[in-house]
Formats: sequence, structure tokens, C-alpha cells
Amino acid sequence: MQRQGDSLRRGFATKDIGAARATHVARGAAWLRTARHGGILALIAVLLILPVFLPNNFYYDVAIKTALNAIVCIGLNLLIGYAGQISLGHAGFFALGAYASAILTSHYKWPGLLAMLAGALGVALLAFLVARPILRLRGHYLAMATLGLGIIVSIVINREIPWTGGPDGMSVPALRIWDWRLTGPVTWYWISAGALVLAVWVSLNLVESPVGRALRALHGSEIAAETAGIETSRYKVLVFVVSAVFASIAGSLFAHAERFVTPVEAGFLRSIEFVTMVVLGGMASTFGALVGASILTVLPQVLTAFDEYKHVVLGAIMIGVMIFMPRGLVPTLMSLWRRRAS
Amino acid sequence: MIIVSRRHALGLLAAGALLACTGAAQAQQPIKIGSFLSITGGASFLGDPEAKTLRLYADRVNKSGGVLGRKVEVVIYDSAGDAKQAVTFARRLIEEDKVDIIVGGSTTGETMAVVPLAEEAEIPFISLAGANVIVEPVKKWVFKMPHSDRMAVEKSYEDMKKRGLTNVAIIGGSGGFDQSCRKEGHALAGKYGIKVVADETYAPTDSDMSPQLTKIKNTSGVQAIFGCGFGAPTSITARNWKQLGMTNIPFYFNHGVASQQFIDGAGGGAEGIRIPVPALLVAEQLPAGDPQREVSLAYIKAFKEAYNLPPSGFGGHAYDGFHIAIDAIKRANSTDKAKVRDAIEKTSKFIGADGIYTMTPQDHMGLSLDSFKMVEVKNNTWKLIE
Amino acid sequence: MAEFLQFLFSGITVGAIYALVGLGFSIIYNASHVINFAQGEFVMLGGMGTVSLMLAGLPMYVAIPLAVCLVVAVGLLLEKFAVEPARNAGVITLIIITIGASILIRGVVEVVLGKDYHRLPPFTGETPIIIGGAVLQPQGLWVIGALVVVVAVLRWFFEHTRLGKAILATSYNPLAAQLVGIDVRTILLVSFGLSAALGALAGILTAPITLTKYDVGIMLGLKGFAAAILGGLGSSYGAVAGGLALGIIEAMSAGYISSAYKDAVAFVIILGVLFFMPSGLFGTKRTERV
Repeated sequence: MQRQGDSLRRGFATKDIGAARATHVARGAAWLRTARHGGILALIAVLLILPVFLPNNFYYDVAIKTALNAIVCIGLNLLIGYAGQISLGHAGFFALGAYASAILTSHYKWPGLLAMLAGALGVALLAFLVARPILRLRGHYLAMATLGLGIIVSIVINREIPWTGGPDGMSVPALRIWDWRLTGPVTWYWISAGALVLAVWVSLNLVESPVGRALRALHGSEIAAETAGIETSRYKVLVFVVSAVFASIAGSLFAHAERFVTPVEAGFLRSIEFVTMVVLGGMASTFGALVGASILTVLPQVLTAFDEYKHVVLGAIMIGVMIFMPRGLVPTLMSLWRRRAS
Repeated sequence: MIIVSRRHALGLLAAGALLACTGAAQAQQPIKIGSFLSITGGASFLGDPEAKTLRLYADRVNKSGGVLGRKVEVVIYDSAGDAKQAVTFARRLIEEDKVDIIVGGSTTGETMAVVPLAEEAEIPFISLAGANVIVEPVKKWVFKMPHSDRMAVEKSYEDMKKRGLTNVAIIGGSGGFDQSCRKEGHALAGKYGIKVVADETYAPTDSDMSPQLTKIKNTSGVQAIFGCGFGAPTSITARNWKQLGMTNIPFYFNHGVASQQFIDGAGGGAEGIRIPVPALLVAEQLPAGDPQREVSLAYIKAFKEAYNLPPSGFGGHAYDGFHIAIDAIKRANSTDKAKVRDAIEKTSKFIGADGIYTMTPQDHMGLSLDSFKMVEVKNNTWKLIE
Repeated sequence: MAEFLQFLFSGITVGAIYALVGLGFSIIYNASHVINFAQGEFVMLGGMGTVSLMLAGLPMYVAIPLAVCLVVAVGLLLEKFAVEPARNAGVITLIIITIGASILIRGVVEVVLGKDYHRLPPFTGETPIIIGGAVLQPQGLWVIGALVVVVAVLRWFFEHTRLGKAILATSYNPLAAQLVGIDVRTILLVSFGLSAALGALAGILTAPITLTKYDVGIMLGLKGFAAAILGGLGSSYGAVAGGLALGIIEAMSAGYISSAYKDAVAFVIILGVLFFMPSGLFGTKRTERV
């Protein structure tokens, strides 16, 4: 605030209207260039224009799945990229959200939004309860613990057939908000896009808030952060819970968009997919998570061209990208750009 | 005399040529059969032979002139047992590839996820998955090829009843196929005077079922075992059954093991196990007058020639699905989806590799209990019993 | 009593398999602090490789050593072309690389050898051995015996040979090891080769029991990783103990609690152990230098 006032006064003091206008423009451009504002506006613009390029429902389907995967990844990125922890079990939270919505709306006839909220609260509670003991672990032990958690969720969903329909899955009623029955790929494109923008906004604000600064300090060096007076365990638990809730809400939306859920959504292969999306796109980058999710959701469709060699190609791509861009796509590309600009 | 200006003449000529071309193009446009199968992943035991069969027969049909003068093109995507992928690929088949009919869905979960899409898009969908729920309640556009899990249980229980076996232990995996079979095992027990005295589960990746079998062995009064499942664990279970010295307890398996891999993988452990199988697997043993003998033998020969592999019951389902689709298209004399659907529903006494099908508006599966043959494994091969 | 023994034998046999896979994880981790998620694929390649060599006509006693050599070659290639170029990247990057490698290896086997499952004949026949009313498979004795031999040989190797001591030194402190003239890069290569050989051996020994297929590596890798973590990373004895414990827990859960939930019980127990012993059963306590 103070600085704004200074530059304004300076502008008038020099009695140079051109200079004042230039300062305004420069400030405007700087405002736009921050991720928080410019990035979100760009994202909104892309999401608004994208349907022009989506010729039929298949493309909308892929777009919806990309958006929902991205929401999970953005939450996971807060945990992996900013807090420096790892979770190989986040698909468990996604599935819990999906099944909460499925079961509550199907068996108990709850309204969809209430079921989603209940799912998110339930997942938040579960995440909170396991966070403290789990996050005391480090590195590969943490990876194993989260992996184990995800697998336990997956087994429970698989076995409790009267509730969940077991391995064959269960169908989910359409989401109803007041009198509207929200169904169809186009409707869900807009819902997912809206949710995505919201997720990006929350994530960006979190990252640039005091919480975000504490997280980055924690990631840099947990011991140094503690020495500086930051209660690292509190922040780690907070991020874990927030990322779990992101996954849960994405799961609930997925259940209503797809109208069918199976226990495969909780599987550890899914969890690894999410982690791969975050790492490939770029850790500690909200838009990196978005890019990673987009690429890995669209990739299987592209890989059908390789027929039976698709896994060979996928493995090669994963290895190649990580070797040549170890920090992920977005950070590497951004630093290349910056280097070229300077 | 009609004077046609040169410009108009050219225009008319162009229009005429264009019309002729589109007409010809229409005739040349291939008939597209779309498919999403579990070619890789946990259900590759099902999807892999299904994909191979579809490709083989699309090729053969084209070599012998196609259908209605048009070539047949099969578009296959690998959904790897994942319902989420199945839905995306089904949408791709319907909206992007614009297929005329879908023959696919190796697993029940994937099929059920796609059913609403097929109903909405009004496209005939012949599923290759096993559970009853696919056609019960009957859905207008959805049909199913394989024998249901209920039929496998009924056939086995029938045989047990004949041999006076009443106390049965069930053992199966945690997959959908297994669970659905297990459910029928419990539900139908009373009808055949059978009592389920034990129920054990293993995980699909387990390598030793001795704990589960030991519990069954120690269950007092157990007289027979009924196994539900498919794939490698069934071979391991059979082998453990032999190693634990339990061969005095008759062992029945559901049709998920209807493949030579089961016998080979069990390394002698499958000896004496009884299974209800599609006629395909015992084609050589069928009496000369049996209508299924010729078709099944032809399929076995063709599959072996193309892939050097023995046939599996699952590939047989794909054979049946493909040929019923082609037959319906021929009978409807078009690829109009509604007409083809009606034609499929009118399928009557169609001789497939896995059974003889007669569909009705209430029955979209078309098989009866006698299309299953009870066999026993003898000398590492199937021996027809009935 | 017979029932308890049966569960115990079953658990020890399966546990020995997990132990061998876990050892592979442990050795690579020791040398490089990398968790090689493609370890399970080495196991798969051992079994599938032997099967395909035998299908091509080679007798078993030729196919086995040849298969092991091939898998070692794959391990060395993996280290050279996937791990070494990214040696300085973060832990998570390396995890993604090894996962990518496992997908690649599975993809190649899927195309070249197919998706069917195969069986290797047991080494000394199928006649089960009856002890105290419980049945033990002869092949199970081979697996347990191999585990004992492997542990003994590894112990001799690490404590009495120059190469082994060099690997240990690298695991304690890579910088110091370099300073005394140990080529850390070669050590890394050797440890991958060694783990690959162990994995292949595990695969060949267990294929007669578990049957082998292009995707057996996924679950076996996961269980081997769990075994290594349970026992404590950085301790080879830990990996063995972890593997045996995991196998026995699984068998006992299947037998006494619920066969449907046995995997869940096993993971709950692992989580429980980790909560009270964050470095696993025998893991070295990690100190962080600031």
C-alpha cells in the first residue's frame, strides 16, 4: 500500500503524465504476471475457449477426467512439492469421496451436495487421525505407510459388497441441485472446470499465504524451520488433510459425473498415477500439477496408436522426461524461458 | 430441346459425380465393430483371447468377401479391467470412431459402467462378461454371450446332487467374477439340498492357498469343494488341493477355468476336478450328430493355425459375439442400429462355438443349462462326462 | 496343532519369497539410497526368462544360469541408462524413473513373451513332505534353503571381500568412500547387478510354486518393498526378517482371522510397527546433519 502511494506521488511530483501512465501500465502488467491473477485468468480463458475444440462427447469425457485428476494433483502437489512429504495412497481418499457420494445418495437418498460434504468431512477426519503418526515417518517409510493406507482402503471397499457392490462396482444417481438433474458430459465439463478454477485459486492463495511460507521453510529444512519457531508437525498435518479433502471432493464429483464407481479407483496403481502426474508436471508448481494431469490423462488415448507397444512407450516416456527434466515439465520450461528472456 | 449452358452442365456433371462417389463410398465404407477388452491387467486371461479372436475372424470374413459387400473393421481398445477407461473408450468408439455395434466388455464392472452409455446412444452392445446383472433386468440394447455364473453353479450343484454330495465348501478369489459366483453358490444351495459349510477367500496375487484349504479340510462333514475364479490362482488352488492330500474331497470349479492354461499350470493337480464347460473345449468328444461339433472344431483349428495356442472358452465368447453381430447385420440387411438390435433379439438356434443361442425380448443371453457340458480333467485334458 | 503348523509352513515358504525380493531392495538401497521399484520385475524376468528358454528347447540346468545372466544384464542396463543419468535428482524423481522402468520391462515381456501364465517344474518333484500332520512342499524347502545360503554368502561377501567391503563403505558414507579411492559409480553398477541376480534367483525358485506371468512383478515388488521397510531399510538381516514376518502374518491372518481381509491385516500390522518403530524392526536410526 505504502509503495503504491509513493509511486503515485512520484508520478505527480514529476508532473509527467506519460510517466504516471507508464507506471500504471507497469503495475497492471506486474499484477497480471503473478500466478495468482494472470495464471487464473489465463486458465479461465482456456477453459472458456476449449469447448470450441471439443467435437464430441468423447473429448468432453477426457476433459472432465483431466480436470478431476488435476484437482487431486493440485492437492497432492501441496503435500509433495511444497511440504516435501510423499503419499503413495492418495487414490484411497479419492475413492472414499467417490464411494461416500455413491453410497449416501444411492442407499440413503441424501442430496448430492450434502453427501459430498459428508464425504469430505469424513476424509478430513480420517486424514487428521492418521496424519500425526504417519507424518512422523520419513522418506521411504512414509511412502510405505501411505501405500499401506491406500491398500487397506481398497481392500475394504472391495470386500464390503452389501455397501459398495464389491469389485463389480456400483452405479451412482445423478447429482441433483434443487430441481436440476445434472447429467451429461457438457454439463459436467462446466462443473469440473469451475471446480478446477476454485482448486487452483485455493492452492495459489495457500502457497502465497503465511501457511505457504511455513511450508516452504519446512520443505527447505525441517530442522531449520523448527529452530525458527515453526510448528512443523502442525503444518504437515494441515497440508495432508487439505490434500486429502481435495482428493475426496474430486472423487465425489467423479462419482456423479461418471455415474459408476469401482474399487479400482482406490488402487495403488491409481495412487502412483497421481504421483507421476505431479512429478512429471513439476513439483511445487500448481500449474505444473495441472499440466502433468493433462498430459497423463490424455496420453493413454494417444498411446492407443502404439497398440501392444503402449506400455513400452509409456515407460520410455516416463524415464526420458524424468532424466532430462528432473524438476518436471513446467519448472524446467519456465527456467528455459527465463534464461532466454534474460 | 433443352439447352443447358456449359456452366450448368458442368455443375450437373459435378453433382452427379459427387453423388455417385458418395453412393459408392457408402457401399465401400466398412462395417465397424467396436470393442473394449481387458487385454492387459488382471483380466487379461479373458481379454487377450477375445481380442485375438475378433481380429482373426474380421480378417477371415474380409478374405471371403465381407458382409453385405462391405469390409468388416474391428476397432479394439484395451481397457485393462478398469471401468473408468472402459467408459472413455466406449465414448470414443461411439462418438469418434462411430462404430455400428459394440462387442466387448470382458468384465462385469466395465460392462455395467458402459451400459448407460449404450442405452443412451442407442447402439447394440453385446457384452462378453459373465454376471447375470448385465441382462437381469433386461435392457433394450444390451446382450450377453457367456454363460452366467448362476448357470455354472446350477450345473455343478446338479452333478453334486447326483453323487449325493450335500456339504459344500466354497473357495474363491476377491475379484468380481469370483464374488458373483460365490453369491450364486450361497443363493442356490437350498434348491439342490446343499449346505454351504465353509467359505474361504484368497487375494488374486496369492501364491499359496494352503491356509484356506486347510481350514476347509478341517471343517467337519465337508463333502465337496466348489471353486470360483479364473486365472493363475485357480491352478495354484488345484495344486495345493492335491498336495494337501485332499483329493478324496471332490472338487468342482466354475467355468472361469475353462482353458488349457488351468490344467497346465496345476501340474497334475487338476486331475479329477469337475467343471461345467462350453462345448468348445470337448469338441472332439462330442458325438458326430452334435450340432456344435463342427463349429467348435473349426474355431479350434483356426485359432491354433493363427496363434499356435489352444482355445479358451473366453475366446469362444468373442467368436459368438462377433458372428451373432454379423448374422444380425445380414438379417437386417443394414447397419441401422435399431434394425440390427431387433435382428439380434430374434436370433434363434444360432450355433456358436460356446453354445446354441436363442434370444427373446425377455432373454438377452439366449443360452440354456444344456449348453454347458460337465467334464472331468483326466490325463491333463478334458473328458466329457455326461 | 497340525493346522497351526500348516499355516506356519505356508507362511515361511511365502515369507522366504518376500525375503529374497526384499534383500534385492535392501542391497540397492544400501549402495545408493535409491528404492528400485523395478525389483519385482527382476523376479518376473527370472521366472519368465527360464520358461521361455525352456520352451525354446534348452534343458533346465542350462536355462536357469542363462536366465540369471540375462536378468543381470537387464539390471546393469537399467542402472546405466535410467538411474545413473538421474543420480543427482531427488528421491521422488528416482522413484518415478524406476516405476517407469518397471512399466517398460513389463511392456516388453508382454509383447515378446505374451500374457499367459506358465509353470516351471519343481526341482525335486511334487511329493509333499509331511511333518506333524502338516504338509510342506519340497520346492518350499528349496526356497528356504536358498535364502539361508544367500544370507550366508552375502555375509561372507560383505565382510570378507574387498568388493563387498567397498559396497558397505559406500552405503555408510559415499563421500568418504570416494575419498579412499572407491569408484562409487562401479559400486552402484555392481549392486544393481547383484540385486538383479537375487531377484532372478527368487523368481526361478518360486515359479514352480507361484506360477509366473508377465505381471507377477507388481505384487511381489510391493510385498518385497514392504518386507524391506518392515525389517528396516539399510539392514539385510532386516529385509529377511521382514519378509519372513510378513509371510507368516499373512498366513496366520488367513488361517485364524479372515482369509478375505488377510492383506489388510498384514498392512495394518506393518503400519502399527512403523508407528512405534519409525525405522522398522532392525533399521538403522537415521541421523540428519544440519
